[in-house]
Amino acid sequence: MTQKTNIQSYITIQNNEIVLNGTSVFKIEPTDFADFSKQAYRNFDVQYPKFFKMDALSKLAFLGAELLLSPITSGEQENNIALVLANKSSSLDTDVKYQESISDQENYFPSPAVFVYTLPNICLGEISIRHQLKSENSFFIFDAFNTEFMSNYSNILLNSNKADVVLCGWVEFFNDDYKAFLCTISKEESTKYTNETINTLYNQ
Amino acid sequence: MEALKLELKNKIITTLNLEDIAVEDIADTDALFGDGLGLDSIDALELIVILDKDYGIKLVDPKEGKTIFQSIESMAAYISANRTK
Repeated sequence: MTQKTNIQSYITIQNNEIVLNGTSVFKIEPTDFADFSKQAYRNFDVQYPKFFKMDALSKLAFLGAELLLSPITSGEQENNIALVLANKSSSLDTDVKYQESISDQENYFPSPAVFVYTLPNICLGEISIRHQLKSENSFFIFDAFNTEFMSNYSNILLNSNKADVVLCGWVEFFNDDYKAFLCTISKEESTKYTNETINTLYNQ
Repeated sequence: MEALKLELKNKIITTLNLEDIAVEDIADTDALFGDGLGLDSIDALELIVILDKDYGIKLVDPKEGKTIFQSIESMAAYISANRTK
């Protein structure tokens, strides 16, 4: 029997601001994403030096996941949280940077640290390592946030007991233009967002 | 040799994005991997690129890296003895 699923929490990161469950929790004067993400990391006192080695897409996904998953994950027990993310530009921002770094045959020194981020699903790996997840994860590429697909996919994972919680959403980054919308969905009763669909919250 | 060690510390911090680490936090004999500076396998590959790009040293046998990249001191000694630029 298909059980109703509910959005438990959601987060939006765009325009130098982080909004958690409808409340602005971090906002700074306009700056580039590198500076914004570093300041956000410091503001939330995240202790994870590997953050600084990540590419922009992974930093964006990591920050969103950090605020949603830290309160509900524990290092002592297995966290059966599936990750289902999507975006439009894949890892193109890093792909372009990597391509530029290897375009000069006279100065050909490919960077392994940049190369490892030339796939969009690497951000899922970063989140999984951080929160000790060994669960289902998928990254999709769409022209726009396909809320129906993402919602259906998450519901299937929950109703087939593949996951207790699904972290689902959109993480788009290209040329310093970014937006992340992530939400946690589970079968747990929730009165917080009963009438809102992912689409409504995404477009807020 | 002291200048080279300082140069290496700066290069490692910048190239490997060690945001919360300053030059003075790295002792010459500190282990670069494991319990020391905590570098990982991707960092090891970046160190190989630094040797090639900045000092003209191509590591033919990656296993050599274990000895060379033990500390700033061992790196500086190897570079001094083998650099071509």
